[in-house]
Amino acid sequence: MTLVFLLISIAVAAFLGAVMKNRWRAGLLLTLSALAVYALQPALPIRGLDFSLPTITLALTALTWLLVTPPEARAWKNNWGAIVLLTGILLTLQLTRFLGFDLPLTASRPPQPGTTLALAAFFALMALLVARFTQPGPGILSAAIFAIIFLFVLLKTPALSLQISLLLRSINGQALTSAAPLDIRWLGFSYIAFRLLHTLRDRQNGRLPAVSLAEFGAYVLFFPTLSAGPIDRIERFVSDLRRPLTLTAADLGEAAQRLMLGLFKKFVLADALALMALNAANASQVRGAGWGWVLLYAYTFQIYFDFSGYSDIAIGLARLMGIKLPENFNAPYAKPNLTQFWNNWHMSLTQWFRAYFFNPLTRALRAGHKNLPAPAIIFLTQVATMLLISLWHGVTFNFALWGLWHGLGLFIHNRWAEAAKTHFTALPARWQTALNIFGALLTFHYVALGWVFFALPEPTDALHFFGLLFGQQG
Amino acid sequence: MNAHFLRNVFIKGLLIFLVFNLAFAALPPKLGKLSLYNHLLSGRERLPFGEDSSKSYNLSLLDLDAMFAAHILTAGEKTPDEYRVIALGDSSVWGTLLRPQETLAGQLNAAALTVCGRRVRVYNLGYPTISLTKDLMILEQARRYQPDSILWGLTLEAFPLEKQVDSPLVANNPARVDELIARYALPLSPADPALVRPNFWARTLIGQRRALADLLRLQLYGVLWSATGIDQIYPTDYAPAQTDFDSESTYHGQSGAPLEASRLAWSMLQAGIKAAAPTPLILFNEPMLISAGKNSGLRYNFFYPRWAYDQWRAQMAQQAQANAWNYLDLWNLVPPTQFTNSAIHLTPNGEHLLATQLGHIIQEQPCP
Repeated sequence: MTLVFLLISIAVAAFLGAVMKNRWRAGLLLTLSALAVYALQPALPIRGLDFSLPTITLALTALTWLLVTPPEARAWKNNWGAIVLLTGILLTLQLTRFLGFDLPLTASRPPQPGTTLALAAFFALMALLVARFTQPGPGILSAAIFAIIFLFVLLKTPALSLQISLLLRSINGQALTSAAPLDIRWLGFSYIAFRLLHTLRDRQNGRLPAVSLAEFGAYVLFFPTLSAGPIDRIERFVSDLRRPLTLTAADLGEAAQRLMLGLFKKFVLADALALMALNAANASQVRGAGWGWVLLYAYTFQIYFDFSGYSDIAIGLARLMGIKLPENFNAPYAKPNLTQFWNNWHMSLTQWFRAYFFNPLTRALRAGHKNLPAPAIIFLTQVATMLLISLWHGVTFNFALWGLWHGLGLFIHNRWAEAAKTHFTALPARWQTALNIFGALLTFHYVALGWVFFALPEPTDALHFFGLLFGQQG
Repeated sequence: MNAHFLRNVFIKGLLIFLVFNLAFAALPPKLGKLSLYNHLLSGRERLPFGEDSSKSYNLSLLDLDAMFAAHILTAGEKTPDEYRVIALGDSSVWGTLLRPQETLAGQLNAAALTVCGRRVRVYNLGYPTISLTKDLMILEQARRYQPDSILWGLTLEAFPLEKQVDSPLVANNPARVDELIARYALPLSPADPALVRPNFWARTLIGQRRALADLLRLQLYGVLWSATGIDQIYPTDYAPAQTDFDSESTYHGQSGAPLEASRLAWSMLQAGIKAAAPTPLILFNEPMLISAGKNSGLRYNFFYPRWAYDQWRAQMAQQAQANAWNYLDLWNLVPPTQFTNSAIHLTPNGEHLLATQLGHIIQEQPCP
């Protein structure tokens, strides 16, 4: 997301916060967010794809709403506005193809209407089929969940993305030799998928509130959170959306503070650190362990300021529009152990995994394998959760190693904490403080070393870099 | 927090921003002299210059103070056992496609020369644009670092008067150019539109944002320079210097003999010699590629038709003799196989040949 786009977003959010009437709020947010889905999508080398992917995002959102919404809440009179808005946005953007100039609302000129019409017809047919179900059974909801996960795996696995690129290129008659996994960059899908999965699972469990299409769309596509979260919960988001919008000076002040802090973190600190942060190129060029650590520290802080900066901006933007998004970071590098680090790093993601994977898996293992000792259950659940979190970033070996590193670290800390309960309960306060400082330093360095796997795509490069850091080369 | 408080914060913030902008424009601070180089970071072996910063860990900027502050030359006081030599010139001295140790300066340093019992230390002050005025500007700045001897690489392409202000470093330092014009009566016009003279608004913080960002980026890339010792991109393959040419034989608008001396920047060269005094100055004609390809009877290489270059060499020799300059004509020292992507860019072996020649001359210099 560019600084210009963010500044425009801030202006738009402030304007909306000032003039938005409660009656039109969900519709306005949906309109802006749907436009942002197109505007933020990066240009792609495969013809028409940078228009089709945002279109599929809108269609998937509408389809999922149909699946998770009880028939009485799907009534036309309550939702016609949102349907007209989404269709109108799609048609209007499609028609910009015939203007004599390019609008900055799409990454490139929209494709021939035939492609969009075919997509629209396919999803309209799907919608008709789904709408036939008055009460979608668990099987259909599970199928939808698996479909989203399948799509996710396709996008996050470089070998599979490459195959999709080859397929689309051959359909388009484009050069196959230029195909690359990055041809399929689908902006925001990672976060949109989490929100869709959350609603489908909550629908299965009977916990999902009935919401209108406009509310659902505004939640799933909410433009401040498209590219970097946080991942909100729908019931919380919609309760903010339905609350009368009364922005006080305190709200504006807090929003401004978060925006300034976020812009400073992202565009001053993170972007400056990025110039000297560890990457695949400089890892093999660096001379000496000392400089290796400097590059690693730069990466460690860059990734934090970048990510938490974006979260601050999203929280500030949402605040201007009366939405109080959940916090995503809380000084994670200052925490005295790895468990607390993960309770304070990308909190909305870890809470999502805790709710939809870690806790159910723990319950299942406890219920289904009564002879399994508690440490084994803890080991399995923590390693599996961290592996899943790591694969969310990309289905590659280096991310898997990063997940394993953290899974093992969490397990070791869990065992240590269990053992320490009996030995360190009566420590004097001064010793406890010293232990916390030592713990924070140790945790920080453990996390920093883990980023080596994250920054260097090739595990052999990561191992060489570890060697350099500990004086084995250079 | 109330509306009144927010309004005050906004107004005060705006005022402070305006005051800082105006103060910055009215009293421009010499920020270029502030540098992490030679303190927290290693000084650079050559002046900052680079086109793809994320790969070369280097960048081109226009602040000569910042460029010098980043250079190893400014690291500290000269020690009594150092014989300090500065090398001026274009990209062939700076060392395009060469690692710092492979450049002329690097190879001279590796030769471990001594003069009067003092160890020769050569500092690379070449810069990859071709203009005698640019060299003179760098020489003026370098004088304060007490050189014992100065090497100045010359080539005809640095001489045409119309090329003098083409170098962005010259064009964007009008105050320095004005000083040079006044001190040495150079045949340049302060009103030359090529000289970039920012108005008041362009001198504010907002107007100077690019220059300020460059200063910051120079410091940040210094970390990777210090960490890796890399300051340019070293491609494994590149387009070799051109050896086949069209039959074109004009040179800067002149189509044949004689090469008009009045259109060459002899006064810039004389100013440089005056600026260097009393430090011994060694002028050398840079080796260049002598092509044997198509139309090589008309042209030596991409830069020079034979007639123009031959006449310039003759004029240069004449001037050197008349003025008793310490001048070496090394134009054909290096065989064609030892050039890289340009008719004046040498391979490490080519630089070695040049360094060997110049090393002898340096060692013959009188004791300071």
